[in-house]
Amino acid sequence: MRDVYVIGVGMTRFGELWESSLRDLFVEAALAALDDAGNAGEHLSSMYVGCMSSGLFVGQEHIGPQLADYLGRIPIPATRVETACASGGAAVLHACLEVAAGVSEVVLAGGVEKMTDGADVTSALATAADQEYEAYHGVTFPGLYALMARAHMHRYGTTREQLARVAVKNHKHGALNPKAQYPFEITVEQVLNSSRVADPLRLLDCSPVTDGAAAVILASEEAARRAGSHPLIRVAASAQATGTIALHSRADITRLDAVEQAAKEAYRQAGITPDKVDVSEVHDCFTIAELCVMEALGYTEAGKSGPLAEAGETNIGGRMPINPSGGLKAKGHPVGASGAAQIVELVHQLRGEADGRQVENARIGLAQSMGGTGASCTVHILEGVS
Amino acid sequence: MRSPQYTREIPQRYRLEAGKCTGCGKVHFPPRLICDACRCREFEDTTLPREGKILTWTVIYVPPPNFDLEAPYVVAIVELEGGVRLTCQVVDCGPDELAVDVPVELVFRRIQEDSQADIIQYGYKAVLKRE
Repeated sequence: MRDVYVIGVGMTRFGELWESSLRDLFVEAALAALDDAGNAGEHLSSMYVGCMSSGLFVGQEHIGPQLADYLGRIPIPATRVETACASGGAAVLHACLEVAAGVSEVVLAGGVEKMTDGADVTSALATAADQEYEAYHGVTFPGLYALMARAHMHRYGTTREQLARVAVKNHKHGALNPKAQYPFEITVEQVLNSSRVADPLRLLDCSPVTDGAAAVILASEEAARRAGSHPLIRVAASAQATGTIALHSRADITRLDAVEQAAKEAYRQAGITPDKVDVSEVHDCFTIAELCVMEALGYTEAGKSGPLAEAGETNIGGRMPINPSGGLKAKGHPVGASGAAQIVELVHQLRGEADGRQVENARIGLAQSMGGTGASCTVHILEGVS
Repeated sequence: MRSPQYTREIPQRYRLEAGKCTGCGKVHFPPRLICDACRCREFEDTTLPREGKILTWTVIYVPPPNFDLEAPYVVAIVELEGGVRLTCQVVDCGPDELAVDVPVELVFRRIQEDSQADIIQYGYKAVLKRE
């Protein structure tokens, strides 16, 4: 297998974008990524689109060809990839595989979700859990993560304030991101006093409902060197793992087994240990998720993530900066797009073009995306090489 | 939910029918065709015990539309005697009575009323085991 490089990135603003359709969103992000890749885009020979549920959100399936058509790229192969909220990450993974295998020189991977067209979002998102044995009983997605939060608090003494710190930090970062849905700061008190969603989680523990799209252009080394204008960013690892669909089937409800497995494989591919990562974009769909993910990625021991968040270690400028983009919490979470948007942010960070939210001297970045309560997980590691 | 789907699930929802792997003894709920622990494909029928304890719980304040009139309500992960875990509501109690490891038992209750097929759907909920 040969090395793969990211040569172009693009994304829409994230938010309630009522004036934009699903196809508008995706094409806008894809065109931005193609423009960023310079003339290499002319050699685009395949595309993968991550999308969780265009069928439930806008009543449209089969979006691969629809988006290739509106991108003006007929007849290249166009395939939709679905792993719930990790769909964007899985699209990037499959595009990497195609380039690594030597089948294609230049491939587009993206993600899109149009969530504000009026569909019942709570029910649509619940389809990422086991419909017959979880959702049937009335548990929602915030509810499932609340079950994890309660277990984590009970076992490790993780506090409500520590959870709130995750949201406060991600809003602080998001305030520096012009593409973010909620580019403003919030306080711990605001989190603790926000309305109840699923005890112990409150509204400001939850990522929002968002429209948006993101896209990246992946290429072989030869194509990347021809494209030329940006510092080279190598995909050092592209890994995926699977866990049980139902949260209750896990031996340990506080542990994200699939994230651990995907991370282990990613570190093996990249030949690094977790402490070598300079900047991370992780799947903070709820505040508790970011804490559990930190533990699963090996950034800290089980049960120690809360104190680290409280101490500010995960802030830009801290020892292990997490979610400089604002994360899903503040940047927004168009579910199928989020995994691809993480790669977009890492590329900006590794190129040194992240402006006010730049992590100093970032050379190695890690992106972790997960679907459901962690049943699907992708981990990518990017490395700036020039 | 359509009635064929609902009918198919009655053995689990009404009677807690499970499958016990003849290879390693692991009990699967719902039953499976292959054991995820030992890959054995032979199972014998078994019924889950109704008694267990709460592993973790939440109070749902923002429900899906078909549970609109019930919120707030409690949902828990319950570990039954023998180790099988499932997700269900905990009813007939206040949130202040809930704690990790509190003993519960499963009872037969109405779960939701379907808007598409107009059928009342039943299943298991947990109640606190009181002395």
